[in-house]
This record gives sequence, C-alpha cells and structure tokens, in this order.
Amino acid sequence: MWGMIKDYWRVFRSPARHISLGVLTLGGFLAGVIFWGGFNTALEVSNTEKFCVGCHEMRDNVFAELKSTVHYSNRSGVRATCPDCHVPHEWTNKIARKIQASKEVWGKIFGTIDTREKFEAHRLTLASHEWSRLKANNSLECRNCHSAESMDPTKQSPRAQEAHEKFLLPGEKTCIDCHKGIAHQLPDMSDVPGWQ
Amino acid sequence: MKRIVVIASILFTGAAFAADPIATMRGSTQISDQSEPARMTNWNDSDKKQVRNYPEQPPMIPHKIDGYIVDKNSNKCLSCHARSRTGESGAPMVSITHFMDRDAQFRASVSPRRYFCNQCHVPQRQVDPMIENTFVDIDVLLSGEKKPE
Repeated sequence: MWGMIKDYWRVFRSPARHISLGVLTLGGFLAGVIFWGGFNTALEVSNTEKFCVGCHEMRDNVFAELKSTVHYSNRSGVRATCPDCHVPHEWTNKIARKIQASKEVWGKIFGTIDTREKFEAHRLTLASHEWSRLKANNSLECRNCHSAESMDPTKQSPRAQEAHEKFLLPGEKTCIDCHKGIAHQLPDMSDVPGWQ
Repeated sequence: MKRIVVIASILFTGAAFAADPIATMRGSTQISDQSEPARMTNWNDSDKKQVRNYPEQPPMIPHKIDGYIVDKNSNKCLSCHARSRTGESGAPMVSITHFMDRDAQFRASVSPRRYFCNQCHVPQRQVDPMIENTFVDIDVLLSGEKKPE
C-alpha cells in the first residue's frame, strides 16, 4: 500500500515524459475552465430560491412566511428571493458565507430544526445571526436594491420621510435597526432593544 | 285560527322580503351571479391626526399598517407608540388608560387586556359607506344646525 502511494507520488513529481508542454498547458487551461465553470454553476444553483426551498425546513417555515410579504408579491412584480437577502453578492463574502453554511448542512443532517416546534425554539438565535450580520455590513443586502442615494423621500409617506431623514440619511441607524420581521415572522422580541 | 296566523305571517314576511331586499355586500347581484367587487382604495397614509367623531372613539390610525404584526412575540405598534419609544419616534404615546389592569391598577406598561391594538384602532380607507349613515356629530346636534352634506 505504502509502496503504491510512493510510486504514484514519484510519477506525480517527475516531469512529463510523453505529453508535450503545449498539451499540458492548454489541457490544464481547458480543464481549469471546465472545473471553474462547473464549480461556479454549482455555486449559483445553490443560490436559487428553488434550491433553498428544496428542504422542508425552509419551505414550510421561512418561505411560507415570506409569501404574504411585499418582498414576495407586490405591485411592480419584482421579487427578492432567499439569496438576495441572505447571501452576500460579492464573491469573497459569498464564498465565506457558503463555507459558514456547512453548519446548516450539519443542522439538516441531524434535524436541528426539522419540526415547527424546534424551528420556533431556534428562531431567536437564527434571527439574531441575520440581524447581527446585517448590522455589521450596514444592511448591505437591503441596500443592494434599496440604496439611500436612489431613494426619493418626496415619494414616501410623511412618516417614512421623517424617519429616513432623521435616522437613515445621517447614518444614525441602518435598515435592519427598524425593519425587522419584514419578510419572516418574529421570534419573542421581549429582550430585543427597541421592542416591547 | 292559529294556523291561519302562521300562514299569514309567513306570507307577509315573504312579501316584505320581496318588496325590500336586505342590502348586502353583493348589492343587487343575484346569488347565482358573480358580483363585481369595488376597487380597493389606498390606505390613508397622511400621518395627520384625525379628529374623533365622538369623545369615546378610539383614535383612528392615520397611516398604513400593512405587515405590522401584533402577537405574543412582538407588537410592532409599540416599537413607536410605547412610552420609552416616543422620544425617538415622535409618535403619540399609548394612553395611560391602556396601562390599567382589570383591578383598576396602573401597571408599568400596556396591560395584556389592552395589548391588541387593532381590536379598537384601525387605519382608514376612502370608501363609500355601503349603508347610508345618519350619524351626526354631537356638536352639530347641540348647535341645532343641519348635518353638513
């Protein structure tokens, strides 16, 4: 066994004897393109609403709750799907989030939230993760669509105008500070600041 | 004699229904037909205080409350209208009467029996009343003026 590994290692280390440098470089390049394309395609497949609701944990809890909100159905027909808010769009952060998501695979395998009751028991923890993530990145995933620069306060209701001018534009607060529970139901908020 | 009375009364009520059909949300549409529902209008979102129609009236909500959830876990109204939140929000505080429990004791915050805001407070839409309303404001009534149309 050990001898075989040694043999393979020797072949792997030694320069190619029969394959030309051209084949190696071009072939390597092509293989790289195919590998990278495949990797990225798989990554993007895991970044679709369909993929997310493939698990009943998502389909029956958070996705069911999303359906009645403005981010799912609205007058202009633009829909925010799961990854729009929950996966960073920028590549490095996206990969970092995807690696973090291995914990979610673990949870799926061991059924951490496989019933509604278990999900409700974890809701505050799970929601707090997302709140602190959005708080830390200044509500980046909200702002991917709703940027303060392209907001026209005169088109907003008086109440929204006042709140946005007072808190959003000076940077005193970020979206998630006020807009919690807009896409999913809330956990018990009695210990969350600003809530009763 | 009794039987005649019963039959007469059945006939009479039948005639009364035929003569004066009860106004329903369907209007005059027959039960077998699909009625054309009135178009939905937008919520009043002016954020301007609306005058109460009578002193005991729970104040109306002058803004949209779509998606505001009031349940065991959270109360979205209180994130602006709670006493501690009004400084930041500028919203009127939930009145002190809501702090009273059923033993007439004032508590530190909203009493559970007054917790579900939209049991009494509701937002408004501009709609035509389905049934004519002859309500007259008490001030108008006392001054002896005619109800303004």
